[in-house]
Amino acid sequence: MTNTAQNDILLEVKNLKMHFPITKGIVIQRTVGAVKAVDGLNFFIRRGETLGLVGESGCGKSTTGRSILQLYKPTAGQVIFKGEELTKMKRGHLRAMRRQMQIIFQDPYASLNPRMTVGAIIGEPLEIHHLAAGKEKRERVQQLLRQVGLNPYFVNRYPHEFSGGQRQRIGVARALAVNPEFIVCDEPISALDVSIQAQIINLLEELQGEYSLTYLFIAHDLSVVRHISDRVAVMYLGKIVELANRDELYENPQHPYTQALLSAVPIPDPVVEERRQRIILQGDVPSPVNPPKGCNFVTRCPRAMDICHEKEPPFRDMGGDHYTACWLYE
Amino acid sequence: MGVLLEVKGLQTQFFTQDGVVNAVNGISYVLNEKETLAIVGESGSGKSVSVLSVMRLIPSPPGKIVAGEVIFEGQDVLKLDDEAIRHIRGNHIAMIFQDPMTSLNPVLTIYQQIGEALQLHLGMDKAQARQRAAELLEMVGIPEAENRLDDYPHQFSGGMRQRVMIAIGLSCNPKLLIADEPTTALDVTIQAQIVELVKKLKNDIGMAVIWITHDLGVVAGIAERVIVMYAGGIVEQAEVHELYANPRHPYTLGLLKSIPRMDMKRSQRLEPIEGLPPDLINLPPGCPFAPRCKYRIDRCTQEKPPLKEISPGHEVACWVDVTEGIGS
Repeated sequence: MTNTAQNDILLEVKNLKMHFPITKGIVIQRTVGAVKAVDGLNFFIRRGETLGLVGESGCGKSTTGRSILQLYKPTAGQVIFKGEELTKMKRGHLRAMRRQMQIIFQDPYASLNPRMTVGAIIGEPLEIHHLAAGKEKRERVQQLLRQVGLNPYFVNRYPHEFSGGQRQRIGVARALAVNPEFIVCDEPISALDVSIQAQIINLLEELQGEYSLTYLFIAHDLSVVRHISDRVAVMYLGKIVELANRDELYENPQHPYTQALLSAVPIPDPVVEERRQRIILQGDVPSPVNPPKGCNFVTRCPRAMDICHEKEPPFRDMGGDHYTACWLYE
Repeated sequence: MGVLLEVKGLQTQFFTQDGVVNAVNGISYVLNEKETLAIVGESGSGKSVSVLSVMRLIPSPPGKIVAGEVIFEGQDVLKLDDEAIRHIRGNHIAMIFQDPMTSLNPVLTIYQQIGEALQLHLGMDKAQARQRAAELLEMVGIPEAENRLDDYPHQFSGGMRQRVMIAIGLSCNPKLLIADEPTTALDVTIQAQIVELVKKLKNDIGMAVIWITHDLGVVAGIAERVIVMYAGGIVEQAEVHELYANPRHPYTLGLLKSIPRMDMKRSQRLEPIEGLPPDLINLPPGCPFAPRCKYRIDRCTQEKPPLKEISPGHEVACWVDVTEGIGS
């Protein structure tokens, strides 16, 4: 599945920030604040690997995916894809780069145009990037449908004729159409039923093996992320709090948030559940408009110290590719 | 333990333009006093409709309970007039829903919504209701409860709203709490808070709980007994340990094999259940799971298997003896 022998880096993100302005006034708009959706991220993704990005709703994981693809214009920071900086790239050049980076969205109902046939949906990126036309395009679309496990004769059907899982397969085919190297999978299975989720996970894994794809896999389901990822980053309120190899993160979590998050995930085994000790976090995630001073997690952290209220903890290398941002380890 | 609720041959259909949707197809089960029963199934399995039928909350038309009995504390709920059923709802059976934002009224304060049930069902006056409302909010873990009585739902977060819903549900000390996917819309750390809260309240108050979910992890942590539903019917029911250790219906087996486990190293590919659930308008004549089942024999496509007991308390609706365990 993975190709960690090749250690070259496909994508690097440096101090990425995405702040959405809050404006007041209808005629004369002025900025009164900002939603700090993503606030200073640093990570890289190796060629052929899957980086899982987990966190609760509102932590900025989808915004991260979209800022990487320049679907949002980041407020600050750099996104370096195959050695080229994307944030300052001209539109035309960026469009050409997008052929190599695609996205699969969460909601298979909202992300397919209901008035377009499946053939038109999957064929559109081929046209935009001048990759195929006419008969060649038709054949390519049919080939893509086969690859994602759909009947190639479905080309003339509309999205409403398909179930959620089948629609997600169409979304995958659209992303694959341009032969990308990198795909952002933005919660690709969370809208699907349990028995269908495994079908899509297996499909994504097969395609990764076949085309040496690199994935940024965004999800809130920690069980699925452990299954599919090589490395996992945990986000909380716009920042990465911990990043490590998959098994290391799940077996040896360092950050109190990661520990609480993992302990909250229910395990489908009543014997295990009876013995588990849960860390129940108090309260809710603070607003990203006004994050707390110091560490973002300080308001809910069971192990908060004085320094946590004052200064933001550095993102520290714990050794063995394990990084965490917590004062406990300083 | 006495029987609190008995459902016999419940059948609910929806009469739509496209045809008759067979949402619930003759299900029977028993719920004991103070028991936690989980009903598991995917979208369209009939799990929600089956409990909405128990509460007589099926919108009619298009929905109709076409057959069955629902015996709650000795009387058939389906035969009661509107007034009598209103007395049971809220007073003896409470329900909390998936989306705490849409189930609270956005233009009424929290007190107005909790107090309504207290004044209506328990005949309290305003001052009593206000005091009790504050106690209830405190009980479900809302800080500074008294000061928050006059807040509106939008001033609460998702998890806090679900707590308010639970407070409303518990206001009349119900004997049965029906929770319809109460944590599906919530984040996992908040889900853990709500699950712990319901477990604690259940013990304190001594009520029975029916917990509807699609999440086999949540079930393992909360249920004493589990019913697995597929295409409007019960395919398996058992005590929770028995179900996870010894699943005997191919659908239950398939579900357990298709989900990754967070506490285990990745061992192999997932084994998905191939295909799609059947169309509830045109159900296949035999077992509804037959088209997706890898243990299928000829009989499965012709004759619907009845639910039969294979060991005390463990019932399965399958023609085939699936003795293969998990992981083998």
